Amino acid sequence: MEHIRLPKVENVKLLDRISHRRRRVGTLYLTATHTIFVESEAGVRNETWVLHSLVCSVDKLAATSSGCPLLIHCKNFQVLHFIISKEQECHDIHLSLQRLSQPERYDELYCFSYKPNVDENERRQEWDFLDLKADYSRMGLPSSLWKLSPVNQHYKVSDTYPADLFVPESATPPVIVGSSKFRSRGRFPALSYYCKDNHAAICRSSQPLSGFSARCLEDEQMLEAILRSNPCSDFMYVVDTRPKLNAIANRAAGKGYENEDNYYNIKFQFVGIENIHVMRNSQQKMLEVCELRSPSMSDFLEGLESSGWLKHIKAVLDAGIFIAKAVAEEGVSVLVHCSDGWDRTSQVCSVACVLLDPYYRTLRGFMVLIEKDWVSFGHKFSHRCKHVVGDPKEVSPIIDQLLECVWQLMEQFPCAFEFNERFLITIHNHVYSCQFGNFIGNNQRERIELRQKVNQTQFQKDDF
Amino acid sequence: MEFAELIKTPRVDGVVLHRPFMPTVEGTLCLTGHHLILSSRQDNTEELWLLHSNIDSIEKRFVGSLGHITVKCKDLRMIQLEITGMEECLNIASSIEALSTLDLVSLMYPFFYRPMFEVIEDGWNSFLPQNAFKDLESMTDEWRLSEVNKDFSLCPSYPPLVAVPKDFDDETLKKVATFRHGGRFPVLSYYHKKNGMVMMRAGQPLTGTNGRRCKEDEKLINATLRPGKRGYIIDTRAINVAQQAKARGGGFELEANYPQWRRIHKAIERYNVLQESLIKLVEACNDQSHSMDRWLSKLEASNWQTNVKEILTTACLAAQCIDREGASVLVHGTEGTDSTLQVTSLAQIILDPGCRTVKGFQSLVEREWLQAGHPFQQRCAQSAFSNSKPRHEAPVFLLFLDCVWQILRQFPCSFEFNESFLVLLFEHAYASQFGTFLGNSAAERARLCLPEKTVSLWSWVNRPQELERLTNPLYEPNSLVIWPSVAPQSLLLWEGVFLRWNRSSKCLDEAYEEMVHIIEYNKELQTKVNSLRRQLAQLETEDPLLHTP
Repeated sequence: MEHIRLPKVENVKLLDRISHRRRRVGTLYLTATHTIFVESEAGVRNETWVLHSLVCSVDKLAATSSGCPLLIHCKNFQVLHFIISKEQECHDIHLSLQRLSQPERYDELYCFSYKPNVDENERRQEWDFLDLKADYSRMGLPSSLWKLSPVNQHYKVSDTYPADLFVPESATPPVIVGSSKFRSRGRFPALSYYCKDNHAAICRSSQPLSGFSARCLEDEQMLEAILRSNPCSDFMYVVDTRPKLNAIANRAAGKGYENEDNYYNIKFQFVGIENIHVMRNSQQKMLEVCELRSPSMSDFLEGLESSGWLKHIKAVLDAGIFIAKAVAEEGVSVLVHCSDGWDRTSQVCSVACVLLDPYYRTLRGFMVLIEKDWVSFGHKFSHRCKHVVGDPKEVSPIIDQLLECVWQLMEQFPCAFEFNERFLITIHNHVYSCQFGNFIGNNQRERIELRQKVNQTQFQKDDF
Repeated sequence: MEFAELIKTPRVDGVVLHRPFMPTVEGTLCLTGHHLILSSRQDNTEELWLLHSNIDSIEKRFVGSLGHITVKCKDLRMIQLEITGMEECLNIASSIEALSTLDLVSLMYPFFYRPMFEVIEDGWNSFLPQNAFKDLESMTDEWRLSEVNKDFSLCPSYPPLVAVPKDFDDETLKKVATFRHGGRFPVLSYYHKKNGMVMMRAGQPLTGTNGRRCKEDEKLINATLRPGKRGYIIDTRAINVAQQAKARGGGFELEANYPQWRRIHKAIERYNVLQESLIKLVEACNDQSHSMDRWLSKLEASNWQTNVKEILTTACLAAQCIDREGASVLVHGTEGTDSTLQVTSLAQIILDPGCRTVKGFQSLVEREWLQAGHPFQQRCAQSAFSNSKPRHEAPVFLLFLDCVWQILRQFPCSFEFNESFLVLLFEHAYASQFGTFLGNSAAERARLCLPEKTVSLWSWVNRPQELERLTNPLYEPNSLVIWPSVAPQSLLLWEGVFLRWNRSSKCLDEAYEEMVHIIEYNKELQTKVNSLRRQLAQLETEDPLLHTP
């Protein structure tokens, strides 16, 4: 509350997005969690609520004769254009909202204070609602080919990986640990999806620390173990989701990609998805195009093309299709990685899973998929979605892209999904809103630490 | 002349047919005077029954002695035929080329077609101007139906009956006709019941470089104005184009002579620019490189969406003048047979819920396109795959249908018909067994005796079996004026026409069927609920003890 310089301002105008001449007049309130605009038209109680955590930027524009404009851009792409009569009031609201929308610590987040009417037991049950082991069990695991490894139980092998990981039966702890030392952030090849019909599997990891010529026996053994856990195929694909140039550049930093000569029977493939900085800029450009006032068709199409946004969506989908085809049509296992294995890798594995397995197209299945390939495998939600103040270069719409890829699939296959567009938008909203605790933190270990500190509300069951 | 003279080889066996989304078949290919037919003799059906008039161009190539013919159709479909034997292949190719480029209208299939169904309602009589006028008479008495053009001598492109302000006699109309391009004097296009405002259309005024004027023309359109109110003239040419027209005897209405009218110029593309746009768009859709950048830049370069936006914007403008400003509107371009008709017909879709019903839309097409003299035969002679030198071809009607589809998509519950109906009209405008779209004007249709010698499309379409698949299950009749968004984000590529043969619509069709079932089921349940409620009410009156609190 100490960040609120001015809790209430009267006689504020809210401009209509399309036609700036249309405006509503009312009172603006700032609470600990929301900005609320209440229209003062007689008989009409129209309220606009905006969560602080959803606010991306607040800009004070040059004062005009009608007052001081305040432009609020939200992470869910809502844009609010207020006009506040007095300059000082505008200044106070601007500073307050800036501070409120940029929490410095996790415990300032909404989820720590959000208390719906749910009893303690139910709340605890809800956190167990999406049991990942149940999903692996559904895939038929553990089996003679894949087993649950305790190696990362205390996050000592990779602190960004989950505690429960499935590895090939023949992968011994020394092999796993050895491989992890040869992988960025210790993120060794682990199972994302197993197709019990033909034993093909999708595994994921980060880039190998191969540099120009380094080798690691255990890492090579790890891949061989994955290959052997698919008795129906004599080779496997290794898919690097980065553009070739970027992967090569990484070698100079002692990282890189797998050399086909060193690894037994792998076929290596680049699929060229751009990095988080390119994606961040791409979305920014596209939003600018969408905010153009009265663009011509050419302006719009040219702007859309130059943003490259659809090109990136296609790249992710293409990669997902390649992997799905490898598994379903060729019966060949795939190892996917990017640099750190928590952005493009997550996207591409999720898309492949949605294409391959109808379960992930159900309401529950999709939630399980997000929990598996994003939450548990350490996608850095708090950094990427700017939950707290941090490095702006870490922010990137990676989860946005996955949700859009799924939406594109829904448009082409309307009868194949149990959920509708609103579900995707709700997920998108709450990834950024921090109203629930699911996406707080950057990996499982961080999340458990935070959860132990404060009681949090779980997302999915509530919204069901 | 005999068709047989043009058919070098009427029949070839062992021809392999490749069609989009269907399995390859092998069968016997037959060439008749009007059709390309292929039958594999399975299931007693023909896999291919293609009108020669639907063929834009063909390509042939040889791999050894195996000939491949790619047939490119006006409805944007492409099919491949594999014919063994160079001679047969060449004969078939040249026969198809000859048969598909016949110029004489009387040789077209509609003159030879015998319907396999019973004609219950003759479509040639379904939308007579006299009947349309009766509707107008019930709303206002300010207009009369003039027979001044009865023999088409005054205006060759107008119908024999036109609606004009009642106080203007035929002699005056004759004078006005000399002042308008092609004799197309201002006639009534639409009467807006809500406020009595009207929309008229005409050809350009022939002011020329001397600033010629025609007092009768001025009086005629002034007659539609309310006292003290202004009207709007929407000129579908850019102002400099309208200026240049003066040098060729045309021009625009000078403010000095038409002081009560405000002139607005809204440039809409025409003629070969539109045809180029269509060709580029279809080429972009068939581009196999699968690059997002190329797709978007080719789409943008085709300008098709820009054309859609321009036309819709102008139609909205006309509708706004009539409905919001309460003013009368006159629309014209150069000839008044292309962009003018796009604007007036679309404006009616926006303003008049009646035009959104099946019969109302057919009536609109009859009135504002067929009878109004849009030169269909010339405009639809060739489509996007044509190799021959373009003459008068332009996808004007297709653009109109695209605009209607855009509005249909934005207002899915406001149209009694669905997208399939619009696609059907597109197909038949370019190639048909029916005579509706033959000819360029009512005069030509009369001269060719089309109503006697051919079957009307409406006769077939309005049969319950056909209407069933063309009706929109989401339709909820309303009396609204609907305002479409013309922002670029709101205007989509009409996949149902342009990507129809590139991407299987199986999943979308499934979803549509599902929707139809859900709505039917819902209706059944609603009927059941009503019936149960009636039963309950009945039981309650019979036995007071059962009365629910």
